[in-house]
Amino acid sequence: MTAAREKPEVPSVLDRPNSYIGKTVPRPNLDRLMQGRGQYVSDLELPRMAHVVFVRSPHAHAKIAGIDTAVANQMPGVVAVVTGPELAAVITPWVGVLSHLKGLKSAPQQAIAVDRACWQGEAVAAVVATSRALAEDAAEAVLVEYEELEAVTDMRTALNPQTPVIHAVLGDNLAFERIHDAGTVDQAFADADEVVETSFIFGRHTGVTLEPRAVVADWNSAEERLTIYQGSQAPHMVQNIAALHLGLEERQVRVVCKDVGGSFGIKVHIYADEMATYALSKLLRRPIKFVADRVESFNTDIHARDHHCKGKIGVKRDGTITAFEIDDLTGIGPYSMYPRTSAIEANQVVNLVGGPYVTMNYRARARVVFQNKNVMCQYRAVGHPIACSVTEGLVDLAAMKIGMDPVEIRRRNLIADDAYPCASPSGLRFEKLSHHASLAKLLEMMDYDRLRAEQAELRKRNIHRGIGIASFIEVTNPSAAFYGVGGAKISSQDGVAVRLDAQGSVICQTSITEQGQGSESLTAQIVGSVLGVPMERVRVILGDTDNTPYGGGTWASRGAGIGGEAALQATTILRKNILDVAAAILQSTPAELDIADGAVVNSSDGTSRIELSELARIVYFRPDTLPPGIQPELMATRHYVPREYPFAFTNGVQASWLEVDTDTGFVKLLKHWVVEDCGTIINPQLVDEQIRGGVVQGLGAALFEKCIYDERGQLTNANMADYLVPMSGEMPDIDVGHVVSPTAESELGAKGAGEAGTAGAAAAVANAVNDALRPFGITITEIPLTPQLILSALGRI
Amino acid sequence: MTTPMTISLSVNGERVDAQVLPRLNLADFLREHLHLTGTHVGCEHGICGACTVRLDGEIVRACLTLAVQAHGANVETIEGLSDNGELADLQRAFRDRNALQCGYCTPGMLIAAQDLLKQHSEPSREQIREHLSGNYCRCTGYQAIIDAVEVTARLRRSRVA
Repeated sequence: MTAAREKPEVPSVLDRPNSYIGKTVPRPNLDRLMQGRGQYVSDLELPRMAHVVFVRSPHAHAKIAGIDTAVANQMPGVVAVVTGPELAAVITPWVGVLSHLKGLKSAPQQAIAVDRACWQGEAVAAVVATSRALAEDAAEAVLVEYEELEAVTDMRTALNPQTPVIHAVLGDNLAFERIHDAGTVDQAFADADEVVETSFIFGRHTGVTLEPRAVVADWNSAEERLTIYQGSQAPHMVQNIAALHLGLEERQVRVVCKDVGGSFGIKVHIYADEMATYALSKLLRRPIKFVADRVESFNTDIHARDHHCKGKIGVKRDGTITAFEIDDLTGIGPYSMYPRTSAIEANQVVNLVGGPYVTMNYRARARVVFQNKNVMCQYRAVGHPIACSVTEGLVDLAAMKIGMDPVEIRRRNLIADDAYPCASPSGLRFEKLSHHASLAKLLEMMDYDRLRAEQAELRKRNIHRGIGIASFIEVTNPSAAFYGVGGAKISSQDGVAVRLDAQGSVICQTSITEQGQGSESLTAQIVGSVLGVPMERVRVILGDTDNTPYGGGTWASRGAGIGGEAALQATTILRKNILDVAAAILQSTPAELDIADGAVVNSSDGTSRIELSELARIVYFRPDTLPPGIQPELMATRHYVPREYPFAFTNGVQASWLEVDTDTGFVKLLKHWVVEDCGTIINPQLVDEQIRGGVVQGLGAALFEKCIYDERGQLTNANMADYLVPMSGEMPDIDVGHVVSPTAESELGAKGAGEAGTAGAAAAVANAVNDALRPFGITITEIPLTPQLILSALGRI
Repeated sequence: MTTPMTISLSVNGERVDAQVLPRLNLADFLREHLHLTGTHVGCEHGICGACTVRLDGEIVRACLTLAVQAHGANVETIEGLSDNGELADLQRAFRDRNALQCGYCTPGMLIAAQDLLKQHSEPSREQIREHLSGNYCRCTGYQAIIDAVEVTARLRRSRVA
């Protein structure tokens, strides 16, 4: 599985006998979830717990002229009705900016709106009652007097002088602008035989986690401590932010993340209603629970994408791509999200366009504008689907223009597999990628030539099938370059503590978190392999700021690569410590001993010398029998962060095979293939399932998912009946293959895999639809590719 | 309308007597009154399937069923169907195939899949996809779930044979 490593002279702990690395093993503790015995935040009940329901603005933009809470206060079960100004006494506002995103600006955001609501769904009052149903009853009795203001909804006109400025203090509606110019772009377009220009439109969509956002905040006024139960991907970040804005020390805040019903980036942010829930607990001195209902989820969970991007590509007749140019525009709602900001996606688009290709001529502009819609921020594969769709769409258009096969133009322009290390025109540094090997493997898996023949045959019978290819790169294992350098207290390092318990089992505490990706499994696999104990004897603890080392958590495809390496390093130390004690007990030397299957053995012949349970018994209960001067240390902690490369880039390529019904406009997905390279694979099944799940989120964006706003800023499809998501009936089987180029920066060699599927799926589908429609001479560069869009393009409606 | 009503029903084989408001749905009754939190609430309007339970042998959306409608009925939830072993082989297949990630859809998915397997001993992949098309899963992309159900059907056939 593992390709040749950079440091072959050092024997890897991964190659030990009975290693779990590279093996498909079931995740621990799945029975809990399958038997309905998980502990999601929405399941949690505490003594004296009350429930909060938010009264939310029905207007996209309105002045709050008055709030009458008198009737609501008298309703059965009501504990309190709290408005924005009242809550502002407990919690301070925030501004979602980062210093390394130069020029990014935003306005102070309150936990509950004060004076003005800036999007439909912004909370304007909180009703706390003894049950959610009673709180909902009382919320209907809160009388809010609004004076409607003009709503800025169209991002294309947000910067026009006649458009109202949402936050007067900012001067205009421009949140962030980035311009990048590399190489000799004008000359490169002049040198091209053909230049193709088009505009790409990406629908606004959202994560639709099956468990809505939920939080239980429990302020203990005697301990002066706040415990937050929340399905966050980044518990230490939540601890920092909650403490900062409630006027507490971080030691006064504990964040506990148990089971999480889906996240995908939705639950990595700090939401105003969650901040309000923390503050309400402190104000009312009792546990408060907030669970978003589905309408609230659509109106307040971060949205993503929603880009209009002009793209331009120059190509020579021999297929050489001479330059890329883009002009990207995105609308982010009325505030930049906190604390990760809403400029990251556009910034990533600038970083990533053209990334797989050789040309160093690249010019880009990205503008991020405010509007009176729900906030936008980072969702799975941040910026990647935009960059990939623009790049791969342009490459296909260029190929079509010069009459070249889409595969051939990629072969001629993808960065050569032996060209690394190298950098992209936007300054990204690539340690080792494998575009050509990946493409070759993909073509073999899909039997490209046979499919082309089949396509041609079916066209004669008026059946329109298409093949779409999309190469991509993916940002993983981010260092401090992502957030830390911009001043955010979001850790890029992770820590793992491992200890041998008194019966010779292992307790492992890690700062990465689990939302179903398999963080617990990969940690147990690494610890078990490095130490030499069966996985079943490794208990992994995660998601608790009181009980894990400090660290970033699980996001940006970082859990395996960063948290996994910390686990490897900590366990390596524990193993050494155990062997030191064993050598003293056995009157041997550590070099003559090893650990296998839970026992210390002779490294020469594997003969068992002492069970770890017996060693632990001696250390913990009869240390008096150890030789003088021996102080066993059966616990070890290590932290890890990549330092050499700001990001460990991965790469891959996807292909879609589909059929377009030109009478109905429906697209039927027939098959999807992915080849990706995430370096060392810890658990092949878990990697494949991350890819498949990610692909299907990308397919949703390609075909179905869109938050449809009207011109007044009203979200018109904020429910699961009208907002379409991929269901089992429409999804294809997805074949996944791998090329393995480990990163030499860590001993583990793992890069991330969580977002690769989402990065390229929509691009592959869009290219396949255009391939299918080629006989009609039309090209569609907008997603979702709804039947209406396709029939319109065909001139049938 | 707002006067509590007395209901009596069987939940996972246990007799339950309760006073409930007419507006209380079965999902909230199971979760909040009986603390059977394995029945999950995803959309509260009958789309996502996370709250799927069995009522007198038929699968229903607990969020679209009022608790008072379950009066006199036999309700089975994921907890009961796990404890009595009915789903054991299906759960094993889900584990081996990693047919769940966050696990939030899983109780409903298992109960819906078992419903199909009781009706068809040899369902095609298309039939499995069709039968589960009312159960939303955001994590897996469905393929692993389809595989696990297919394998379970095959193993059950081989046991009968």
